[in-house]
Amino acid sequence: MLLSLEPRGQESRAMLWFSPLLAAILTLISGSLLFVALGLDPLLTLHTLLIAPVSDLYGLSELMVKALPILLCALGLAVAYQARIWNIGAEGQLLIGALAGSAVAVNVIDVDSRWVLALILLIGIAAGAAWAGLTAWLRTHFNANEILTSIMLNYIALNLLLYFVHGPLKDPAGMNFPESAMFGDASRLPLLTEDGRVHAGVYFALLALVAVWVLLQRSFVGFQIKVLGLDKRAAGFVGFREKRLVWLALLISGGLAGLAGVCEVAGPIGQLVPQVSPGYGYAAITVAFLGRLNPIGILFSSLLMALLYLGGESAQMTLNLPQAITQLFQGMMLFFLLACDVLILYRPRLKLRWARRQMAAVPGAV
Amino acid sequence: MDIDLLSNILFATVRCGTPLLLVALGELVCEKSGVLNLGQEGMMLFGAVIGFIVALSTGSLWLGVLLAVLAGMLLSSLFALVALVFNANQVATGLALTIFGVGLSSFVGAAWVGKPLLGFEPLVVPYLSDIPLIGRMLFAQDILVYLSFALFALVAWTLLKSRVGLVIQAVGENPNAASAMGLPVLFVRTLAVLFGGAMAGLAGAYLSLAYTPMWAENMSAGRGWIALALVVFASWRVWRLLLGAYLFGFASILYLVAQGVGLAIPSNLLAMLPYVATIVVLVLLSRNALRTRLYAPVSLGQPWQSGH
Repeated sequence: MLLSLEPRGQESRAMLWFSPLLAAILTLISGSLLFVALGLDPLLTLHTLLIAPVSDLYGLSELMVKALPILLCALGLAVAYQARIWNIGAEGQLLIGALAGSAVAVNVIDVDSRWVLALILLIGIAAGAAWAGLTAWLRTHFNANEILTSIMLNYIALNLLLYFVHGPLKDPAGMNFPESAMFGDASRLPLLTEDGRVHAGVYFALLALVAVWVLLQRSFVGFQIKVLGLDKRAAGFVGFREKRLVWLALLISGGLAGLAGVCEVAGPIGQLVPQVSPGYGYAAITVAFLGRLNPIGILFSSLLMALLYLGGESAQMTLNLPQAITQLFQGMMLFFLLACDVLILYRPRLKLRWARRQMAAVPGAV
Repeated sequence: MDIDLLSNILFATVRCGTPLLLVALGELVCEKSGVLNLGQEGMMLFGAVIGFIVALSTGSLWLGVLLAVLAGMLLSSLFALVALVFNANQVATGLALTIFGVGLSSFVGAAWVGKPLLGFEPLVVPYLSDIPLIGRMLFAQDILVYLSFALFALVAWTLLKSRVGLVIQAVGENPNAASAMGLPVLFVRTLAVLFGGAMAGLAGAYLSLAYTPMWAENMSAGRGWIALALVVFASWRVWRLLLGAYLFGFASILYLVAQGVGLAIPSNLLAMLPYVATIVVLVLLSRNALRTRLYAPVSLGQPWQSGH
């Protein structure tokens, strides 16, 4: 091999933030190669995918609508991942939040009071937190691996949602479609603009962003969470209570995912449908890592991910490409990020002897 | 319950447990060498879609199987590069592999959804398949199920009786000591990861070419994850893995059993059963933390570099 990896001895802070950028660039390059292989014009395709969707005001507002659930889920995941609690269950927590919120909403369609909306949102948050609480309980009481339990709970949540949407929550006047009734006006999140679908959920997202930032960067609990993540034994020695932190991190994580879910049904969708989430909870995993588990970083990476979702839709409409291109780019980006992260701790070096021989071969170079 | 129904249940249990057994065998070898690869679901799906496309466009089921195995290995080599060479966190890399594999398979397979394919037919062994109760279970399956029996025997023999098995375990238990003895730790681990990829690809091919001969997005439905739980369930012991795979196979066909005895439970609720069973089993098995620690390979999931 011409390249060797040389330990830096310490983390490179520049690389910490350069690596996500590099990963995004590498994803673009591999994406272009893929398009060429498919016989498409790479520049045109990238334009359709990444620029056309946000080239007008409506596009930008759609970007915010899509970024919202991803941002909320990823913020929650960041709290859990800082503690090295591998919550993969944001998707299920989101679905349960949406399901519980809808269960309330379809029963209060005729109530004309804004308190109804508050109730629906709170129920959604509580349900998401409770679903994540299951994972916390299984881990703290039974020592069960949270990766596997939270994944299993995703599949269970999806089946629960399908059961309810095909059964008890199905709109009796809905021509037998698997959908709930449309929520009452009082149960919907108010829109912020005349045209476009941006809704009041944006305020919750900003609030959550600030809250998670304060929690992680400025609070003692956040410090405990980080210590737990860095060294479990050290956290035990100084008397931080692991079980409590696991509960806390997962409840926050699940609450935010539940909020994301209930905002989707009370916001842009307006009813419970089988496809509440096109994988937002899974996308949030990539987003959390890409944003370096830092709330500000996550804000940017969630916008990028939302752009990929919009781009996937527009590529399907105009170029007839499968919409799965969103997931494909997601996976590539996370992979490249992990690979590029090697640069944080290591410096790539050309093998010196080889380099010198090359130099010597060029007259006048040495 | 009459004997025909019971015989059918056993038959379906083995059929349904086969993909789990295949993936779990690969992951077991991988984990025995100290590497935790959470990418099984992604590799399985990629194997399934590649196997299906190749089989449908060339007309050769076996070519499909072969390419599916290679597809699984291809993805696992990406994992090996990032997790073993670049020393990235194995949990995160495995997750990335699953996300990537799910996306890649949906992208590649978008045009192939719902196309019909004549998959592997059952290969009924005369006379033996007439044995009451277990005859159909063991001797009326398709050839990939028989292959899974053979692969089980191979892996069991390798891990329990052969020198290769000792090397794999040495590398997984104590890579430093193994390295000091002159064993090529990274090489062994890479091979173990590739084997895991091959088995996941094969399991995917089983799904799309034999179990339900077709391609649908996410058709593995979490089997890759259940297989990971199976390895924990088996306490990293190969015989219990066999038992576990069929137990989970049984949990997945319970809805057929429920229909058979005339219970009317909504299908979505019954579809939860394998996942609920996985959680229950994890709880029962992990409750004793000491036990898990005793059986798990000591260096499982930890990055390792020579010269440390």
